Amino acid sequence: MDFSVFFQPAFSGGGIYLDWVFSGIKWTLLVSILAWIIAFTVGSVLGVLRTTHPVALRAPATAYVEVFRNIPLLVQMFIWYFVLPEIVPEGLGNWMKGEMPMPEFWNAVLCLGFYTASRVAEQVRSGIQSIPDGQTYAGLAVGLTRAQVYRHVLLPMGYRIIIPPLTSEFLTIFKNSSVALTIGVLELTAQARQISEYTFRTFEVFTVATVVYVLITLAVTVAMRALENRVRVPGYMGSGGK
Amino acid sequence: MFSDFDFDVISRSMPYMGEGMLFSLGLTFLSMIGGIFLGTLLALMRLSSFRVLNAPAAGYVNLTRSTPLILVIFWFYFLVPLAMKKISGDAYATGIGPFYSALIAFTMFEAAYYCEIIRAGIQSVPRGQSDAAFALGLTYGQGMRRVILPQAFRNMVPILLTQGIILFQDTSLVYVVGLTDFMGAASKIAQRDGRLVEMYLFAALVYFLLCFSASYAVKRLQVKYGAGR
Repeated sequence: MDFSVFFQPAFSGGGIYLDWVFSGIKWTLLVSILAWIIAFTVGSVLGVLRTTHPVALRAPATAYVEVFRNIPLLVQMFIWYFVLPEIVPEGLGNWMKGEMPMPEFWNAVLCLGFYTASRVAEQVRSGIQSIPDGQTYAGLAVGLTRAQVYRHVLLPMGYRIIIPPLTSEFLTIFKNSSVALTIGVLELTAQARQISEYTFRTFEVFTVATVVYVLITLAVTVAMRALENRVRVPGYMGSGGK
Repeated sequence: MFSDFDFDVISRSMPYMGEGMLFSLGLTFLSMIGGIFLGTLLALMRLSSFRVLNAPAAGYVNLTRSTPLILVIFWFYFLVPLAMKKISGDAYATGIGPFYSALIAFTMFEAAYYCEIIRAGIQSVPRGQSDAAFALGLTYGQGMRRVILPQAFRNMVPILLTQGIILFQDTSLVYVVGLTDFMGAASKIAQRDGRLVEMYLFAALVYFLLCFSASYAVKRLQVKYGAGR
């Protein structure tokens, strides 16, 4: 084993291979975090819609979840990157093909975001549905509207309940961001493969990449556990709620 | 927007796509069996009270579960031929071919996920069952084989199948090492004929129909099982 390979001058770009690793980490984090913002926002809206009564609200949300969950992420990546510019109105399509800044990056973010949204939606829905109906009735009885019941009763409790499964979705998004390499985003896994191709130090390079992913997992797990403790409702989901 | 669609490219490439689909299904099926088998062993190790058994199993599962599948595929593409050279002692051994490398990668990767499912399944069997087995004089192995595991697996069937559907979707990632699974076949035709739109939409549709009906079937099964208990 020879980890000094990371301090050798890189094949291109003027730096050392360690710079490539850091650049990979940067793109992995950027893709994952921006995608998570989309996933959390869209997923929350969809999850709430799936718990509402009018079928006109519920059915589209259900259809969205089924479609995005049942097509492999890789296929969705290709559709965003290769297919979408061809089937949207021509002006937009030409913009996506020609002038869009960093098309690989933004398509990866959008793809991963909207894909993960379907999974977040399922968690939000199950969180809300796990709250006893009595809480909704109590909210309505004290004069809250349906929207206020969601805002003040169901969502604050629902989100707290689903912190553990949301943590694992958040971890999954970092791992899934590696699929972005198939459309040319040079994130961590892509950089690892590239360095190994230039230096033949495959073992060392893959080890470092694996260690970085493990560290990301540890950091996210610790942060989410801290969040869970911070927002815990006293007397509700006490120590057993973990 | 569909006016210049070339549906002919799909029918022309049907036999090739069919071969790809067989590859995907075969890889899914074999790594599911391997994954469940290894996953059961890992779960039993994790549940063991001996540290020499549970620590390495926990380490393996946590390590694998925090690594992206693509990186795991790359890892095994690199490691399997090396291991083959070590085992056969032949420095020029060419390995066992890309299919088996992929199969080993998926089996090892899925084993970690199956382990966690099976561990939860075993723990969901009431403690009285293992106590009763021991009271009857069954050994650990007999108790597991004849009392605990049959009940645990019965409860787990829907989750194991759902994980199988996820695995089927994941097999599309063998694309990154150039294998011709269903998606690999679609992308090769797409690039050869310049028909990206048709081929990728067709692939998405096929994956959707298969996975959607499979999940629906699992849901039905779950209802049936749930009612039977």
